[in-house]
Amino acid sequence: MRLSQSPIVRLVGVVLVAVIAVTACGDDSKPSAVGTADTTAATQAATDPATAAAVELPAAELSLVAYSTPQEAYEKIIEAFKATTQGKNITFTKSFGSSGDQSRAVVAGLEADYVAFSLEPDVTRLVKEGLVAEDWNDDPYGGNVTDSIVVLVVRKGNPKHITGWADLAKPGVEVITANPFTSGGARWNVMAAYGQIIEGGGTEAEGVAYLNALFENVPVQDDNARKSLQTFTSGKGDVLLAYENEAIFAQQNGQDIDYIVPDATILIENPVAITTSTGHLEQAKAFLDYVRGPEAQEIFADNGYRPVIDGVEGPYDFPTPTGLFTIADFGGWSDVSKKFFDPKQSIMADVERAIGVSVG
Amino acid sequence: MPRYTLRVVGLAYLTLLVGVPVGLIFWRTFENGIGPVVDSLTDSSVLHAFRVTAIVAFWAVLLNTVFGVGVAILLVRHRFPGRRLLSVLIDLPIAVSPVVVGLALILVYGRFAPIGGFLDDHGIKVIFAYPGMVLATMFVSLPLVVREVAPVLEEIGIEQEQAAWTLGANRLQTFRRVTLPAIRWALAYGIVLTLARSLGEYGAVAVVSGRLIDKTQTATLVVEERFQNFDQTTAYAVSVTLAIVAIMILIVINVLRPEEPS
Amino acid sequence: MLSEYQLADATATLRGPVFGRRRGLAALNTGTAFGVGLATLWLSLLVFIPLGAVVWQGQKDGLGSFWDAATAPEAAAAIRLTVGSALLVALANAAFGTLIAWVLVRDDFRGKRVVDALIDLPFALPTIVAGLVLLTLYGVNSPVGLELAFTRAGVVVALLFVTLPFVVRTVQPVLLELDVEMEQAAASLGAGKFTTFRRIVLPNLLPAISAGTALAFARAISEFGSTVLISGNLPFKTQVASVYIFAQVETDNTGGAAAVATVLLVIALVVLLGLDLLQRWAARHA
Repeated sequence: MRLSQSPIVRLVGVVLVAVIAVTACGDDSKPSAVGTADTTAATQAATDPATAAAVELPAAELSLVAYSTPQEAYEKIIEAFKATTQGKNITFTKSFGSSGDQSRAVVAGLEADYVAFSLEPDVTRLVKEGLVAEDWNDDPYGGNVTDSIVVLVVRKGNPKHITGWADLAKPGVEVITANPFTSGGARWNVMAAYGQIIEGGGTEAEGVAYLNALFENVPVQDDNARKSLQTFTSGKGDVLLAYENEAIFAQQNGQDIDYIVPDATILIENPVAITTSTGHLEQAKAFLDYVRGPEAQEIFADNGYRPVIDGVEGPYDFPTPTGLFTIADFGGWSDVSKKFFDPKQSIMADVERAIGVSVG
Repeated sequence: MPRYTLRVVGLAYLTLLVGVPVGLIFWRTFENGIGPVVDSLTDSSVLHAFRVTAIVAFWAVLLNTVFGVGVAILLVRHRFPGRRLLSVLIDLPIAVSPVVVGLALILVYGRFAPIGGFLDDHGIKVIFAYPGMVLATMFVSLPLVVREVAPVLEEIGIEQEQAAWTLGANRLQTFRRVTLPAIRWALAYGIVLTLARSLGEYGAVAVVSGRLIDKTQTATLVVEERFQNFDQTTAYAVSVTLAIVAIMILIVINVLRPEEPS
Repeated sequence: MLSEYQLADATATLRGPVFGRRRGLAALNTGTAFGVGLATLWLSLLVFIPLGAVVWQGQKDGLGSFWDAATAPEAAAAIRLTVGSALLVALANAAFGTLIAWVLVRDDFRGKRVVDALIDLPFALPTIVAGLVLLTLYGVNSPVGLELAFTRAGVVVALLFVTLPFVVRTVQPVLLELDVEMEQAAASLGAGKFTTFRRIVLPNLLPAISAGTALAFARAISEFGSTVLISGNLPFKTQVASVYIFAQVETDNTGGAAAVATVLLVIALVVLLGLDLLQRWAARHA
């Protein structure tokens, strides 16, 4: 058979034509990014928020690298920002993924101007590499743009009558949480579970005992928080430990769940930072200020996040638990990561080993 | 009769293992009708993601095919020290977990790594750009063409090629007229497998792509993103499209294949 | 039938020293060197250097830490589960894959072409989708009544799903090229179908089956996307090695991840070498 008649050749030909057709149509044009030739007007304006909002910033393409859960919120915030005078000429490249993965990607060289993660250690990683300034959280918000809390998600109508943390350690209750070694969300869960014992007057030993009892009831450990949410909504488990905003998100998407705000729980704080490698400091700062402004915080509230500024009323009821504590109560993430989540030697490593050894 | 037993056993295995899950996927995709499926597939980000996947898959398939045929001929028709070791090493990439593939490529071609840094200084971005994704995809599908073609090359033996040489044909002519037609179906299956793997690859590409929406987000990354956001329709629709593309190529091959084994 | 190597050797003795000038294969000698060089360069850039970097990363903090990381209880449990499941799956594929390839090539029935097309589906589906649908099928509200999710059996099912095409597709082309005359000759000499298969067909198929099984094993020990969904990832119980490695990377323990990855690489090499040796032994004793 002649080569030109060979089916392979014809096949390759067809594929080639198809690929060329697909790549030929399609717009790859990017707006040209003007350099950081900052006008004095813009610099002056940056110090005065009122006039700042009225000044057009020079065109730039900002690279936003964020964790995956606020994707919808950020898409809307970006659109709203681009509609303002300030943000008219600014375009964005966006990347959303699991918080740890995104942080590591930036370390590996992913270009980013504005980074948003689900917990502080993912920013600290960048600080260590010199990609974020050491004083990144030297502001009235501690570097955070949204808050949330750990809640107990149950089936609609709460068929198992879960009332609080104590029920989760009882035998016969299946608790879903992600693996704290791969998921930032699960770390918040663990600290909430541990912290509520301390908050209630318990000792460290009692806290660890509770963690052991809790994890005995965990049949599945997904690698990230969103997957554990979907495991729960697909029918597995009686209770899910999740962010409040995740529970709200699930409800918004038609999932049949309720959630309980426990009396004692941890305040989840989501940090953002501007990288040192950004070539568009003015624009990035303006966007960050916008994100902490009323319009953006309103969008966050619509998506189930607790705003960090006052005066923002969202559609959701954000009750303040009486026993709300923060990570600072345990020495901050640097201490907690080492004490609880070091894979070789830590409280959670022992907990995981204990459940493995006792049953497996 | 053994023939019927074999057929029944084979079909039962396939139905249980593949047929039912795949049926479920198709059902889930079109559960709410064709409309939502078309809407989700014509979203601009989704279309762009298909484009990214097509480009990456094209290059991975092309390069792996050329490499695969070359190495298969090398392994079967030639003799050299280390031949058996090379043969074993070819399969190794498939045994590497996707996270490790990404890690490995970043360690070497990342912006702050030796080779990667050098390339970056000269304006060539590997990781978080197309070259990195092509490398990752090639990595995970490397042996497929080789392993399809090599057994057939061994099976058909060298006699026809020798006959061609004695008749005065040079290497290229021999390859075109004798070898290539003999391995064409093995090659076709190898290309299909490589293409299928390239379309469906998620883990390794996820690490090296940077997930830049409308830039380096592949179709499989869109699938994950849409699942995460409870948009099952789009996720299933994109997956089904990828699967159908692989099947179409295979159907084309089957249609061209003669009925009887040659 | 003389193998090409016996032929080459015979030619060489007739015409001169082994690496000297040989007609026929002589023109291929420089070609061989060139080909090997090119292949090695390509493989180095793509595979060896990156994997070498991983191995390097594993022992960066000293061999002691490498050993600790590789023998950590969770790591050992994950490796055991992974290798065990992979071996099981590889063997299942060797048997069923060959059977299916046989049915697809030698048998004929309505809808055969449809079935043939389906074989590659598990391969083309993103692993996350495969995992999700298997989870739906064998999860809590299982429509088929089999609750295999979050167990080791679930891991095996997921692996069987994603490795299906390997043996089928490596054996099919060989079966297509197989000379049926030998089988017909054997039949006319009175050999039963099974004897014919065992003595005539199987030896010719063995390289292809071995190649496909090696691929299936390799894919099974590295699979992440589908197993991570269906297995439940409980350390010591249902956590596969690739999920464990992922967890190490996520906790910035790249050295530990690299150490376990290296162990898996070595195991894969051993099994692949073993399969290669098996194939050579079988070819000699055919």
